[in-house]
Amino acid sequence: MNYISIHNNQSIALKDIPEHAYTMFMETNIALMKGNPARHCVNYFGYSAADKIKLICCIADDDLHEIFVSSTVVDKGYQLPSFTAKNHNFEKFEREIHENFGVKYSDHPWLKPMRYAHNRADKNEKIENYPFYQVESEELHEVGVGPIHAGVIEPGHFRFICNGEQIMHLEIQLGYQHRGIEQLFIQKKKLLERTTLAENIAGDTTVGHTTAFVNLWESLCGYTPDRSLQFSRTLALELERMAIHTGDLAAICADIAYQLGNSVYGRLRTPIVNYFQEWGGNRLAKGLIRAGKINYPFSEELATRLNTVLNTYEPDFEEITKKFFKLPSALSRMEKTGVVSYEQIYEIGTVGMAARMNGLCRDIRFSHPHDMYGSSIVHTPIIKHHGDVYSRAQIRREEIRQSMTYARKLITEVPEFKKPENFTLNPGKGMFAISLVEGWRGEICHCAITDQEGDLMVYKVKDPSHHNWMALAQAVRSNEISDFPICNKSFNLSYCGHDL
Amino acid sequence: MFDNLKIMWHQGKQFIPDVTTAKVPGIFRGRPVISNKNVDETALEEICPTHAISKGPVRIDLGKCTFCGECAIQFPNKIRFTSDYKISSNEREKLIIIEGDENPILVNPDLIRKEIHRLFGGSLKLRQVSAAGDNSCEWELNASNNVQFDVSRFGIDFVASPRHADGIVITGPISENMAEPLERCYHAVPDPKIIILAGTDAISGGIFADSPALDRSFLSKYHIDLYIPGNPVHPLTFINGVLSLLRKI
Ligand code: SF4
Repeated sequence: MNYISIHNNQSIALKDIPEHAYTMFMETNIALMKGNPARHCVNYFGYSAADKIKLICCIADDDLHEIFVSSTVVDKGYQLPSFTAKNHNFEKFEREIHENFGVKYSDHPWLKPMRYAHNRADKNEKIENYPFYQVESEELHEVGVGPIHAGVIEPGHFRFICNGEQIMHLEIQLGYQHRGIEQLFIQKKKLLERTTLAENIAGDTTVGHTTAFVNLWESLCGYTPDRSLQFSRTLALELERMAIHTGDLAAICADIAYQLGNSVYGRLRTPIVNYFQEWGGNRLAKGLIRAGKINYPFSEELATRLNTVLNTYEPDFEEITKKFFKLPSALSRMEKTGVVSYEQIYEIGTVGMAARMNGLCRDIRFSHPHDMYGSSIVHTPIIKHHGDVYSRAQIRREEIRQSMTYARKLITEVPEFKKPENFTLNPGKGMFAISLVEGWRGEICHCAITDQEGDLMVYKVKDPSHHNWMALAQAVRSNEISDFPICNKSFNLSYCGHDL
Repeated sequence: MFDNLKIMWHQGKQFIPDVTTAKVPGIFRGRPVISNKNVDETALEEICPTHAISKGPVRIDLGKCTFCGECAIQFPNKIRFTSDYKISSNEREKLIIIEGDENPILVNPDLIRKEIHRLFGGSLKLRQVSAAGDNSCEWELNASNNVQFDVSRFGIDFVASPRHADGIVITGPISENMAEPLERCYHAVPDPKIIILAGTDAISGGIFADSPALDRSFLSKYHIDLYIPGNPVHPLTFINGVLSLLRKI
């Protein structure tokens, strides 16, 4: 076999990952992906091994619920043919490998710096000199936005090429948020330090990223979480989805100047995040998800309380939703705005909402279930077919309802919780582990490798935004530049999750 | 039209009438209180992911604390988090809570620059700069102006351009890649101007404090007017902190 087939949250010995010469490795992975939308690359990364670079590629098969892992070793500074020339799913991954290790690709169509990581191979590359795509023309003009934006949001630079009011091209340059998270995972040795790092990868996805981390860690340590831990993670994931989706609907309303929707959705987010505070003492659920334990056990009282919160949320949510999704002035701003075709998203390899908005079924809860998905919660992904702002808003509306149903179902059977206890969890030696979680944005993937002593050697994070930023760049083409904000909000991608 | 009125009617009164006395729901982790009980202080110190705890006597530095709550879970007799969300100060040392100290954290009125109250007392426009913030503090700053917290009722607003601003609010540990944009933004704000650090990451670097990808030199160059701890900052912490700086409370 050219690859090893594993499932979500499985740990294997690193040496069991087949290693092949680069050409064979490339052909295997390209062939695996060819013409099969159920297969997509969940992670492809490198690390220094002796004075060479080891590359590991993980392709998920959503039909078989398996992940195919393979590897190769290449020399530093060698020139290689790229995967990307054959399949654009790999575009970002190869840019990252190029940036971090100086691997040259002979035929990569877009080999630009990715995030100007502090440990990049070429320190002469500076963020202020990013090579933007340019068009020489007397008729076209450029608009630069950022890194600091008008709202209270994270930094990133958007460079538009416009013909009058119409956007011809958008290039998104990121990296401003780079904090060196992956290296800090190695540098810091304590579990709580690493958990705290996971919580801060993207603060709006605290539950998503922390669940990916703890599931991975427990798998590496051969620890099986009990029902109470799985229950907490599943419930928290659904509540996080509800809270952020509600806030996103508020933001979309704000961008089309629908003040009432903005206020109502905006305030409806509050009871959900306040509920997180009642449960775990933090509105964004920081401190809640822990490996091998939970410091804030769930209880029957919390279940009753959640029922009340949901029962009060629901009629207000439905009332404004009924109005908003029928309002002609709102619909005219959302329908056919920011369209991305099925062909485009398949080519980019988008995940989560940015895939489901146009017929591409990507949802880890369904395809690679973890925690209580696939058992207590049998998930049906919500799929839309127009790829526009409206489809993305509709997904949120329906996923909020779905999350409510799941949360209600979960709390009918509150498992027994143990007192939080600390014990040592030791990762296995020379292991590789992978964890996939469906955060509210989409698929989160964490990978880890331990050395012969069982110390963490490589930690790799992939946020759903990794792929999805390119979908936003495609969505705005041929749209008016004034529609950029609503397109952007309808994706609501993460800067820090991308920059790490 | 009638639908809209109905929706508005159904919302009832959402705004918090008095944001200076409002109670937060649940088990919020605000200002900690450290008892005089004898515990294994070395073990306690060891727990903290961000070296916020030091011993002899036991202290917690809220400028470093990520409010993870672990110390209180493991040493419930020693450390207790109260729901007091008024934890901002204009003196960095005041964020350090010492064993036995149960006093509220205050903004020292004598240290506030004279012009702040005179010029910004009626209206304060702020430019927010996320410098590698993880979008949690940014999220809560946005919440500060939703219909519930409604900070603009005090004339405090976030504005789109630094040229319209009276100061900047920094979130995040300040990455090397954001160091220059931050500096430039600050210089684009007309004088006199204030600097507010919102969140543990901004105040100390938080869990990222020893990351080689940061450049925090900006902070040693300029006077910081207000420190607002939290991970993320609670909207009420932010609002009350700024109000005390403007001497409105
Ligand atoms: S709550 Fe604060 S002081 Fe206590 S362990 Fe966590 S970070 Fe350290």
